[in-house]
Amino acid sequence: MKEILTQSVFFGVVLTLICYWIGVWVKRKTKLAIATPLLVAVIIIVSILLLLDIDYEAYSNGAKYISFFLTPATVSLAIPLYRQLELLKRHPKAIFGGIGAGVLTAMVSIWLMSLAFGLSHEQYITLLPKSITTAIGMGVSEKMGGIVTITVVAISVTGIFGNIIAEAICRIFKITEPIAKGLAIGTASHALGTTKAMEMGEIEGAMSSLSIVVAGIMTVLSVSVFANFL
Amino acid sequence: MKFIRQLSIILTISFIAELMEYLIPIPVAASMYGLILMLIGLVTKIIPLNKVQGAADFLIDILPILFVPPTVGIMASAEELKEMLVPLCVICMVSTILIMAVTGRVAQHVIRGNKAGEKVEGSTGGNTGGNTEGKAEEKTEAKKEGSQV
Repeated sequence: MKEILTQSVFFGVVLTLICYWIGVWVKRKTKLAIATPLLVAVIIIVSILLLLDIDYEAYSNGAKYISFFLTPATVSLAIPLYRQLELLKRHPKAIFGGIGAGVLTAMVSIWLMSLAFGLSHEQYITLLPKSITTAIGMGVSEKMGGIVTITVVAISVTGIFGNIIAEAICRIFKITEPIAKGLAIGTASHALGTTKAMEMGEIEGAMSSLSIVVAGIMTVLSVSVFANFL
Repeated sequence: MKFIRQLSIILTISFIAELMEYLIPIPVAASMYGLILMLIGLVTKIIPLNKVQGAADFLIDILPILFVPPTVGIMASAEELKEMLVPLCVICMVSTILIMAVTGRVAQHVIRGNKAGEKVEGSTGGNTGGNTEGKAEEKTEAKKEGSQV
């Protein structure tokens, strides 16, 4: 019985899809920011694999066909960015200034705190891309020598946290311009934050989703510099 | 067939991007090259939007599912995660607050600077950089704000 599970290519694919849909369902029922479909799916899958004593390689044997689409899907992020190019042309200073400042803050703050915690080079690299979309962040972590799976966890933690605190941060720091709100949320907490920005309003949502890709590109460039600091 | 053609274009760009990753000796992932190539293609109209958008929208739609298998790989790195769990959570939370505040304040500063024209804003320190060009100026401004937060 276990043999068919570890040898079937479809086992990993089907398990992934079913657990993801359970995650979507849990999210819709509970409406909790922390119950993202990704997190729920991963917890269920890991539990099942541990319970049935199936190792990651056997699962990955099939599941890798899902991840196959990761590069083409990331390439496709150019399409929403292209659609929002008009927005970018209208507010270039606010967008590049705001996001540039945000990315710099990310790099400096992660660097200083990594120093304070005495993290290793590998751990530091793992955390550097934690504020950008998983699609780009995974690539950064992998190419620079971080631990990719932990980067994904850090990105999720950041996104969930950003989603929860977005409104409070905007209030405390008196960020009231819709454009500034959107840029702040997208730059700090990528797609998970953007769902919150979309609830706030159309401009906030558009600016936030624009920030995902722009911040991603800026982070790729900055990480190659900041990686040398620790 | 239309969908297959759209997918073919995206996959071709992905392949060219992997070639670039292989040939160019800097640590940039293939997907990043691909994203930039696709954007250049769209802006220059070499790739018309309607030749890629159906398949692209589909791929973006399923993007979160694609992250599941790599994240399950955490099983193999459980030890490393346990080791850095506390710093990870603290760093993620603190830096998220800082990034959000700085990005928002700087963007708002620039927007209001443009609206107010020459008017100098005393409260957050420094000129708004209204007409002075570019990022360098805004970045120093960012640092100033950063130190205040």
